[in-house]
Amino acid sequence: MYAQTVQSTGRKVKSLEEMSDQERAFQARIDAGEKIEPKDWMPDGYRKTLVRQISQHAHSEVVGQLPEGNWITRAPTLERKAILLAKVQDEAGHGLYLYSAAETLGVSRADLIDDLLAGRAKYSSIFNYPTLNWADMGAVGWLVDGAAIINQVALQRTSYGPYSRAMVRICKEESFHARQGFDIMMKMVAGTAAQKAMAQDALNRLWWPALMMFGPPDKDSVHSAQSMAWKIKVMTNDEGRQKFVDQTIPQIEYLGLDVPDKAARKNPKTGHYSFVDPDWDEFFAVLKGYGPCNADRMLARNKAHDDGAWFREGLLAYAEKQTIAAE
Amino acid sequence: MYEFLLRMGDNTLVLGHRVSEWCGHSPVLEEDIALANISLDLIGQTRLWLGLAGEVEGQGRDADALAYRRDAWDFRNLLIVERPNRDYGHTLMRQFLFDLWHHERLADICLSEDDRVLGIAAKCVKEASYHLERSTDLIVRLGGGTAESHSRMQTAVEALWPYVGEMFTDDALDIEMDKAGIAPLPSNQRPRFDEALNITLSRASLTRPAGDFAQKGGRSGVHTEDLGHMLATMQFLPRAYPDARW
Ligand SMILES: [Fe+2]
Ligand SMILES: [Fe+2]
Repeated sequence: MYAQTVQSTGRKVKSLEEMSDQERAFQARIDAGEKIEPKDWMPDGYRKTLVRQISQHAHSEVVGQLPEGNWITRAPTLERKAILLAKVQDEAGHGLYLYSAAETLGVSRADLIDDLLAGRAKYSSIFNYPTLNWADMGAVGWLVDGAAIINQVALQRTSYGPYSRAMVRICKEESFHARQGFDIMMKMVAGTAAQKAMAQDALNRLWWPALMMFGPPDKDSVHSAQSMAWKIKVMTNDEGRQKFVDQTIPQIEYLGLDVPDKAARKNPKTGHYSFVDPDWDEFFAVLKGYGPCNADRMLARNKAHDDGAWFREGLLAYAEKQTIAAE
Repeated sequence: MYEFLLRMGDNTLVLGHRVSEWCGHSPVLEEDIALANISLDLIGQTRLWLGLAGEVEGQGRDADALAYRRDAWDFRNLLIVERPNRDYGHTLMRQFLFDLWHHERLADICLSEDDRVLGIAAKCVKEASYHLERSTDLIVRLGGGTAESHSRMQTAVEALWPYVGEMFTDDALDIEMDKAGIAPLPSNQRPRFDEALNITLSRASLTRPAGDFAQKGGRSGVHTEDLGHMLATMQFLPRAYPDARW
């Protein structure tokens, strides 16, 4: 997802007997479905894991502006340009909400951004794939936002109050993102042969990276157990991925496109689709920095930050002068 | 009338595009959001002006046909809006100079005797006043910020200064529009523009550039080299796939 491989404590989940009284009381609140608020006591590991997850999520929103921003200047109609701009603007807003949520845990946005720019922080692997034709704007909204929604709807139930509330706000906007994406796809498949080919090409390229968004298979997901126990994570990677496949394959068929996974079949008994896993070696390579766009994305973010330093410093200096003058 | 509407719509189309080029690359997230707002307003205004231009022309062209299927010599925007973004200081100064002109221009056009023109101007003037408020505030703060922010803003105003005069130059079409009661002469605005400009520059501790040489041509279709490159990007899809509907 937008936070695919969040490191947790790295230890196995403590049993109730192994916990201190404070930890036990905390776990009881979580189990009762209570929200944890910034001023409440929380285990150190809970705080650290949350900071990692929320900041990865925030970074993903911010880096996520780039692949769609790549087509804003080439949007084919004034209306499409406006819709795409509004959509990317929402993602910047999501980044802001999430950095604010992270700041309630005692970290600063500036430090988190430094971590991102220095390559110490992760963001979703999906944004390291390129957007190569206009149908990618459809496929990103439909598949990438579609996958994000599955996760973010679940995260509205996460145990940390500010994170949960950020998700509620974000989910309201996400359905517009997915809808505008699907709408582009509908126009493309109803269009000329070239447009239909663009749509198929976009789907073929983004299908597997979209499956990777949910993170590695549960059996290899080393940090999930503790996050699930703390309800920082509320759905397993495999559950999310299955849900995505089940909702997306009928949509592909509705569009009249070919399903990239030729072996995908619906099990009439369970109602679920079987599907082929994405190439997990590729996934881990992308996380390590070897995706097709990792270097470009980081270069773009660093350039924006460095080139903008004088602007931020200028505003800060002006504000300081005003405070001094007011004293 | 058609040409007058193109002048209005091409300004917002071209500047809206330039501003959108920053998407995801601005100095701070809050600016990404603010720039998107401005660009969205300008694109919305473009749809109104060019939509009416297409109607008035009566050749079955809509706003998209006018935006995406004309070549540079048919564009009627001021040169200042096609100037490249360069650094963020240039972008903000370009926006400020344009907003200052645009806001007054729209306020004047709100006196139009043509209801359709008046209707569009009345809607746009509210957005323009918000844009002007924002850009004025940033010019003042950056002019009075650090030595570097001050010098960048001074450099920007000097680089853009030759493109200010064109905003207030009356030509035959302006005189015709004035006589027809559609829009007052641009030159009417100059004293108000100068007054507001001087106030803001002095609050920003910036020096008003000397000289009044004006680069002209945009309003009659003679543009800078930059516009052709911008259109090559912007119009790529409708040009490459003329039969497609998006
Ligand atoms: Fe988002
Ligand atoms: Fe989204």
